[in-house]
Amino acid sequence: MSGEAGQQAPKASGPRATTSSWRASWRRYRREHKWLRWAIPLAIIVLAFSYPWWGLEGPLSFIFNDGLGIDNDTLFNMSVYVMLALGLNVVVGYAGLLDLGYVAFFALGAYTLGWFGSGLFSTRDIHFLDTNATRLPGIHLSFWAVVILAGAVCAFAGVLIGWPTLRLRGDYLAIVTLGFGEIIPDVFRNGDSIAGHNLTGGVRGVTQLDRPGFGDTLHNATGGILPVRYNSLELRPWFWTILVMMLITIFVNLRLRDSKLGRAWIAVREDEIAASAMGVPLMRTKLWAYAIGAIFGGFAGAVYGSFINGIFPTGFSFQISVIVLVMVIVGGMGNIWGVIAGAMLVSWLNFRGLDKIGEWINGGIPGSGNDIAIAKYKFGIFGGLLVIMMLFRPEGLIPSSRRKAEFAEGEGTATLYDVRT
Amino acid sequence: MGAVLAAGIGYWLIKNAIESPDRFLEVTLIGVTNGSIYALVALGYTLVYGIIELINFAHGDNFMLGSFQTNGIVNAGSFQIPFFPTSFVLAIPLGAAATANSSSGQKIYTILACLFFSMLFCMVINVSIERIGYKPLRDQPRLVPLITALGFSFILQDVGLIWKGAGPQPLPNILPTGTIFHWRGATYSWDDFIVIAVTIPLLVVLTYLVRRTRSGKAMRATAQDMDASSMMGINVDRTISFTFALGGALAGAAGAIYALYIGTTKFDLGFRLGLFAFTAAVLGGIGNLSGAVLGGIVLGLIQAYTEGFWDARWTTTVVFSVLIAILVFRPSGILGEQVPEGQ
Repeated sequence: MSGEAGQQAPKASGPRATTSSWRASWRRYRREHKWLRWAIPLAIIVLAFSYPWWGLEGPLSFIFNDGLGIDNDTLFNMSVYVMLALGLNVVVGYAGLLDLGYVAFFALGAYTLGWFGSGLFSTRDIHFLDTNATRLPGIHLSFWAVVILAGAVCAFAGVLIGWPTLRLRGDYLAIVTLGFGEIIPDVFRNGDSIAGHNLTGGVRGVTQLDRPGFGDTLHNATGGILPVRYNSLELRPWFWTILVMMLITIFVNLRLRDSKLGRAWIAVREDEIAASAMGVPLMRTKLWAYAIGAIFGGFAGAVYGSFINGIFPTGFSFQISVIVLVMVIVGGMGNIWGVIAGAMLVSWLNFRGLDKIGEWINGGIPGSGNDIAIAKYKFGIFGGLLVIMMLFRPEGLIPSSRRKAEFAEGEGTATLYDVRT
Repeated sequence: MGAVLAAGIGYWLIKNAIESPDRFLEVTLIGVTNGSIYALVALGYTLVYGIIELINFAHGDNFMLGSFQTNGIVNAGSFQIPFFPTSFVLAIPLGAAATANSSSGQKIYTILACLFFSMLFCMVINVSIERIGYKPLRDQPRLVPLITALGFSFILQDVGLIWKGAGPQPLPNILPTGTIFHWRGATYSWDDFIVIAVTIPLLVVLTYLVRRTRSGKAMRATAQDMDASSMMGINVDRTISFTFALGGALAGAAGAIYALYIGTTKFDLGFRLGLFAFTAAVLGGIGNLSGAVLGGIVLGLIQAYTEGFWDARWTTTVVFSVLIAILVFRPSGILGEQVPEGQ
């Protein structure tokens, strides 16, 4: 995996180009020791996979499980959001298209599982390699096939919505995506009687979804390592599954960034007109960004739906789009490591952190009245985070050097996102 | 394709109008009434967009805070500041809280106080947001202040949540309720009329301000070219603040009317209503004042016909589809957009 290590982009010529000395010496050390290039990612991957043994229980559980509240559920949710953030990073970070309706793809992915992996269409009886214990009514494809299908459905939806709208200028595009993100859950909510057919389960949603699994053959062939089917008691396989998907996402993100398409995205982001003049096909480039971002949203949606074993239209609100956007912005648009860090931080705050901080404040500070429900005001807090980031550090906490240079330019008429039709 | 769609919608409307004319009239009147509230909010969007090309997401939530202010004035009989106890606020002689049984003199007094203080309140909020959040980002790429506006929208929403709590906030109906006219099944009552009766003078005043006064001239100049107008001696910062003040006042007025007319408000109503109003502004042609009013009324009618003759569940989908369709097929709206040139 070639990380930032192999990709020393030219230094920003802006006013903030000075580097602290420890960072410089670390860079030198890293350059001299080539083995670090694969050793560091490997160590992080091993650490991540073994988290259930050192974080959930064992030596450090008092910090991570008890102190920070990262239990199995939270861990899984955080991983799903990291995936979502990485997907949105392709659209917002790489291609510079503000997408305020990313939740639509998350929802679409989840409902794809509802269509092809549940008893929603109970009059049908279609089965393909599913791992349910009994032959259930409805359409039941193999979970892994459904995940891929979810990606395909989302990519198709992304192209469908992107094709007419991507030529709009930046802020209009943001509004259109926002509208799309409102329409999709609304259609799912009302989809229980479209021309007399129940397509989405309406407000009651879809429950009893298929779970991932490898079936008896693979289970026996690997000596019982791969589970026949995941369940709600043993949550570690869920975490490892989403972790593998996350690694695939990161890998694809990295390869895309360094590909011809990735360079085209950056060119479009920095100056559309110049990029177009240099022969970058604007529409196709943007559509690819949109479709690829959508695919990851779909993957995450399918796995998430299966994990919580129920999909409801109310679960896919505008707030989710904003939270994922906050992750990308806080971490640093366009920089994978920044986005991952931002996503972990913000999703932790979202699921447990604010609760925990509230507990600490209420328990630790005498006279606070012991009733400050911080978690209740999380959207105000995230909103404040957005404002503060935009005012003081628009490039994010861990920006890519290229992005930083873009913001440091500070031109009044910069055409970063601007194009008129 | 557009012509086919329009013909289909026209046929559907005429069919409904012939089948039940009284119901059609009633739905139309509801649409016009709601539409004028949208128009007021849409004007705030369009003013701000017309001058600095920013979709002020916080505008809808500002409107919500205005409706909360009105709610407080009617229920508690005094001007309120969020996070401060009522007793902290300077005693404004509003008298006792108004109820449905108050004397008509007190009702009129309370309605006027609601309008005035909600407008003032939202004006202050809007100008403060502009000073804190948007002004330092004026040189940044366009999406940076847009994201900031989104952040402010969430902040204002939580201000409302902390201020009044999560539930719906009811207030007594103090608008007159008598019937103006009655035609078969349809009735038009005074409270419907008052919504329009408040909206139209505000529009007239606004149009006068923008078209005839010096500040209005400065606004139009700034909207056309910020640099050139600053070279001509126009105080651009003050002009933009003035625009935000006007927009805030309109949001406050809309909030007051909404609260008085609908009779209940909620902390999260600003987001949806704000987006609908933005749709109205785009529909009419963003930056275009008459366009915003027209767009508001048209959107109100679209919503009313959807809810009256089809299914209220699909309102959101219909309105946002209209938004997307307009942006894709005719981004300049019905009357044409008026935005800064040469950017």
